[in-house]
Amino acid sequence: MSEKGKPGSPEPWRDKSSKPYIRIEHLVKKFGEFTAVNDVSLSIYKGELFSLLGGSGCGKTTLLRMLAGLEIPTSGKIFIDDVDMATVPPYERPTNMMFQSYALFPHMTVEKNIAFGLKQDGIARSLIAERVSDILDLVQMKPYAKRKPHQLSGGQRQRVALARALVKRPKLLLLDEPLGALDKRLREQTQFELMNIQEKLGITFVVVTHDQEEAMTLSTRIGVMNAGQIVQIGTPQEIYEFPGTRMVANFIGSVNIFAGRVIEDEPDYVLLHSDEANADLYISHGIACAPGAEVWVAVRPEKIVASRTAPAETRNQLKGIIKEVAYMGNLSVYLVKLETGKIVKVTMPNQVRSSENRLTWDDHVYLSWLSTSGVVLHS
Amino acid sequence: MKRGLSLFVLICMILGFIFLYAPIIVLIIFSFNKSKLVTVWQEFSFDAYVNLVNNKQILDAVWVSLKVASLSATLAAILGTICGYVLTRFTKFRGRFLFLGLVSAPLVMPEVITGLAMLLMFIQLDGLLQNIFGIEPVGRGLVTLIIAHTTFATAYVAVVVQSRLAGFDRSLEEAAADLGARPFKVFFLITLPIIAPGIIAGWLLAFTLSLDDVVISDFTSGPGASTLPLVIFSKVRLGISPEINALATILILIVSVGIISANIIGRQREKKN
Repeated sequence: MSEKGKPGSPEPWRDKSSKPYIRIEHLVKKFGEFTAVNDVSLSIYKGELFSLLGGSGCGKTTLLRMLAGLEIPTSGKIFIDDVDMATVPPYERPTNMMFQSYALFPHMTVEKNIAFGLKQDGIARSLIAERVSDILDLVQMKPYAKRKPHQLSGGQRQRVALARALVKRPKLLLLDEPLGALDKRLREQTQFELMNIQEKLGITFVVVTHDQEEAMTLSTRIGVMNAGQIVQIGTPQEIYEFPGTRMVANFIGSVNIFAGRVIEDEPDYVLLHSDEANADLYISHGIACAPGAEVWVAVRPEKIVASRTAPAETRNQLKGIIKEVAYMGNLSVYLVKLETGKIVKVTMPNQVRSSENRLTWDDHVYLSWLSTSGVVLHS
Repeated sequence: MKRGLSLFVLICMILGFIFLYAPIIVLIIFSFNKSKLVTVWQEFSFDAYVNLVNNKQILDAVWVSLKVASLSATLAAILGTICGYVLTRFTKFRGRFLFLGLVSAPLVMPEVITGLAMLLMFIQLDGLLQNIFGIEPVGRGLVTLIIAHTTFATAYVAVVVQSRLAGFDRSLEEAAADLGARPFKVFFLITLPIIAPGIIAGWLLAFTLSLDDVVISDFTSGPGASTLPLVIFSKVRLGISPEINALATILILIVSVGIISANIIGRQREKKN
């Protein structure tokens, strides 16, 4: 095997010389008048766990189904390992999919479900048995091999579906809302199992999800989709810390957004005035746009500090009254009403145990954040 | 249920069961009557059963009925499955609505009309075969009976299969294709086994409808191919004989055993699961 496509660095997408394993070029899918996927271009590298994140109806599942060959693109191309997939039917693609409904064959046992794909390839029976047994060990479902799908719990079904998709060792594994049907506890547990399996087998994963937490934990990179288009691609950290648009900022985690007008824009800082907050906001990087331009500043709730006394730094300082307090255990969430009426969300870790001196309802507080914490958004 | 049954419910139930089963019970009782007259009780005997076993006409008719029923049910199951599949899977072809109507029309068509139409068609076909191919007229018989029964039973199977397919999760087929199964294999390994209960139910329905049918059979049968209902009907016209009672009793016994064992098997399966 050649070395091409092998992850040379842990972040192959930064390396100009590395070759993408999956190339999606100007992909469009229309259902009648409705455009489900609108001109998507995307490169995914070998060994990645790439998440397509978006609300329902954003086209993420359609994109996944086109990769599997279950939908035929209206236009555009898909290459997997340099092979054009245009004329390759689903049963000949080097991909396997884990369906949102799991789609386990109800009339077959767990074992037979998993062996199904191998049988289609005409693999020797003894080898099939061996590989089924191995994969059952991997997903810890050995004791349930002889059961039918309806005798399994949701979590067990999910493992079988995963095993069935993995057992053929596809070049690309597609997962449609893999953890959607699980409760929170099982979800977290399986997330880590999924990551372990992915690392162990080195298969490239593309995961579709609407759950931003799931995408954040699992992925090497996330593609945020909206209305059939990919609006931003980046590592979980990039997407969270440097969202490109208000939509992305809102979709991933919670955020406070202040509409503002640029007063000064220099290479190393921007000063804006926000009428909404009735304050000047200062961000320590230039944005290269004309004074007077309308922009938005996004500040994550955990980046904001609330205190009863005024902080020394006067920039990025707001004043307000605490209207709502939610105690979450590890942290508390405060909703602070500014004089202008705007509500700002602040989360603060509960560092000390005692409840004395803790901020509470109707306290007058100062809100402040570092000049590096805000992100300027243009749309 | 709250403790026991109230008296009113109990009476209703008893009356209901009497209404349903009294005729059958009378029939069974009189099958053990020694008298040649069906309506007068003489004494207990198995004469009717002995006569039945020796009655070649009735036994032949039973054989014809079973042959026609099983063959036409099988043909109808195949054709009906294809119809049902097409109707649920290909939702956008031209004339789908017309096809849908045509498939289900036999369900509501008066049997007399279907039977008459069949008869006319068979006569025309015979003529055509003779004039064009020079084949001797076949006349009415086993073949025409089977064709006629298949025709109306197909509609029933199509409806049953269609409803089974309507609740079918398409992602199962997609998963099979994704795992490397060609369309042909997907159908035989996934779709067919899952809709099999529907097809079997359709087959059983077609089988019983065929066994039961008098009107269409009367139009389309010929000499040497009388089904059981036709023989019973013609015999009854000459007065009911105890043999018919005996035959009916045996049929009831077979049906009851069939239903009861099917229930037991079903329940055991449920327990196992």
